[in-house]
Amino acid sequence: MEMLSGAEMVVRSLQDEGIEHIFGYPGGSVLDIYDAIFQSDKIEHYLVRHEQAAVHMADAYSRATGKVGTVLVTAGPGATNCITGIATAYMDSIPLVVLSGQVPTNWIGDDAFQETDMIGVSRPVVKHSFSCRTAEEIPIAIKKAFYIASTGRPGPVVIDLPKDVQSPLNKFPYEYPESVSLRSYHPTLSGHKGQIKRAVAALLSAKKPVLYVGGGSIIANASKQVLALAEKLNLPVTNTLMGLGAFPGQHKQFIGMLGMHGTYEANLSMHNADLIFSAGARFDDRVTNNVDKFCPNAKIMQIDIDPTSISKNIHADLPIVGSIEVVLQQMLDLLEETQATNDSESINAWWDQINEWRAKDCLAYQTSETHIKPQQVIQALYKVTKGDAIVTSDVGQHQMVAAQYYPFKEPRQWINSGGAGTMGFGLPAAMGCKIAFPDRPVVCVTGDGSIQMNIQELSTCMQYNIPVVILLLNNRSLGMVKQWQKMFYGGRQSHSYMDSVPDFVKLSEAYNHIGIKVDKIEELEPALERAFELKDRVVFIDVAIDPEEHVYPMQVKFGSMEDMYLSKTERTDA
Amino acid sequence: MRSIISVLLENESGALARVVGLFAQRAYNIESLTVSPTNDLTLSRMTITTEVDCRATLEQMMKQLHKLVDVLRVSELTEGSHVERELMLVKIRTPNAELRQEVKRTADIYRGQIVDITPNLYTIQLTGACSKLDAFLATIEDTSEIVEVVRSGVCGIARGEKALRS
Ligand SMILES: Cc1ncc(C[n+]2csc(CCOP(=O)(O)OP(=O)(O)O)c2C)c(N)n1
Ligand SMILES: [Mg+2]
Repeated sequence: MEMLSGAEMVVRSLQDEGIEHIFGYPGGSVLDIYDAIFQSDKIEHYLVRHEQAAVHMADAYSRATGKVGTVLVTAGPGATNCITGIATAYMDSIPLVVLSGQVPTNWIGDDAFQETDMIGVSRPVVKHSFSCRTAEEIPIAIKKAFYIASTGRPGPVVIDLPKDVQSPLNKFPYEYPESVSLRSYHPTLSGHKGQIKRAVAALLSAKKPVLYVGGGSIIANASKQVLALAEKLNLPVTNTLMGLGAFPGQHKQFIGMLGMHGTYEANLSMHNADLIFSAGARFDDRVTNNVDKFCPNAKIMQIDIDPTSISKNIHADLPIVGSIEVVLQQMLDLLEETQATNDSESINAWWDQINEWRAKDCLAYQTSETHIKPQQVIQALYKVTKGDAIVTSDVGQHQMVAAQYYPFKEPRQWINSGGAGTMGFGLPAAMGCKIAFPDRPVVCVTGDGSIQMNIQELSTCMQYNIPVVILLLNNRSLGMVKQWQKMFYGGRQSHSYMDSVPDFVKLSEAYNHIGIKVDKIEELEPALERAFELKDRVVFIDVAIDPEEHVYPMQVKFGSMEDMYLSKTERTDA
Repeated sequence: MRSIISVLLENESGALARVVGLFAQRAYNIESLTVSPTNDLTLSRMTITTEVDCRATLEQMMKQLHKLVDVLRVSELTEGSHVERELMLVKIRTPNAELRQEVKRTADIYRGQIVDITPNLYTIQLTGACSKLDAFLATIEDTSEIVEVVRSGVCGIARGEKALRS
């Protein structure tokens, strides 16, 4: 058998796992692994400028491809810098393996230089973690980590690697396990037959059904089944922020995103439904609004691979544990077998009602002579990219506007931090997507606050020539914070104004990128066209937008789903 | 609502921290927690007593426990008939003959055993359900001074065929 050191085992195990890209930052406790990487020609390593960005890159790489993202960092500060990234992935169920260095085993517990209990610090935001105390444990720990990260409800897994365990001086027989099984871990994939029957029956007898599709449908690659079921039964479909793209945004049965900034028709359909069929969504507080007033007449049917997501916030009358893809296919097969269908008359009446709500045209907005509106920017982006770009975003108003005005065609096309809402996610995320898909247009829609949380990655873009487009909706403020202050805090703008935004054009140029400033609406489309034509350059477009624009619709706090502000002057219940 | 949950989990470093962390993180209450390896040394058995406001919280708690990768089985003991036992050691001040008599009598009634004696102290060992141990302490407190108390936390098992096995 081949004899390898612990450090070599790490790199070989990753290779044997099929890992091609890894994102990271070196330091004392992982130098042996970095030395092994130097000698490997199979793994491409990207050196970031801050470890948080490495995790976001690996995370978005995973979101875009469905593969597991891999990160390598040093002990102590290197490891703790990853925590925001790990938490971001955890909240959105993204599979990652984070390898972090550790002080030598005989120093653990002594407050040695750069010692941090990474297993302890990361524990609440990982799916699982491993600490390797001998080199022989490394291959099996890595195999298990990838298996756990990517199966069931995916999530990040941390592997702690003490320095002595990696030592090049000691060699051990190496063999990478072909498969792994854990007696304590068996995710359920297919749905209970009786529940499938009951679910189909409930769906067929519903008069006002809504198919409520979340990020779980994207993770499970269930878009085909979602579309087939929706079309077969003519169901209205709403996507969560994380589910955008799971069902095509331009489809006539798509009623828009739901929730806090969801469409009028999506939120009213939910509120008035008699059956809500959730596929990989988790009744998050940003969707339900006040749970006591949530959808008073609806029977709730919920599929999720994670039993804890079922009936956590809203009681599910008909729960099904399983993979969305498998369960929906089981339902489709049963429908095929029985040739049963629903009552088209009541479904048509339901659509008539929904179309009335749609006619309200809740996403219509006022343009202005003097200011570019954020909505215009996203619509221009859609036009120029023909709806085909991978769009990543940061967090704030720009994120919501991108979600509302760029109707995503496909799953894995919209990459954002939904559960954690992590500002600073957008740029490294775009880089991770571009590395995964060098030939596809990738754009980061960002805000003047968010972009400055990981702006240093412009340097990584320069080093590896990762030509993403950065589209900054610059309102010279923490717009989403300001909107809340205007609406709920008597307009007191406590620390939401960016007193000094840098000259982003010059800043981009300093990193040898192209910067374009857009002040007038006529300049917008040409700038976007140029940016996407320059395929091998990073282009940073800084668009001055109306700083007073708010995101609407917006649910009224403590209200039901149908209670919304529709503009600065209009409210549904007023 | 007081509930007792049994958990069978891998006897591995970090497993206990994950369980305790889960309770802290999700603001669940732990009244007592006992853990020890089983006859199969690769497994640990845990008994957790908790106070929950409703059935739904208990169910969520059990699902969350089961979601931990190290956990093999979770079951609620209080749902069916079961045996629960707790061990208590109490040190009681017994400065005179009269009190020593009194404490001895009370310990006998509760089937307690005196496990250590000094001229001024009795240490009594008592096992039983929590309520019995509580009652014993209340009785003793009426007459004597309790110096210290140590309780093991509840250990429980289902009656009959029902078993928690890998
Ligand atoms: C790391 C982090 N800190 C704070 C917040 C709270 N927060 C949410 S949106 C927002 C403002 C974002 O400003 P900007 O990026 O300029 O976007 P805009 O809303 O102006 O479009 C803030 C501070 C957050 N989501 N993430
Ligand atoms: Mg802003």
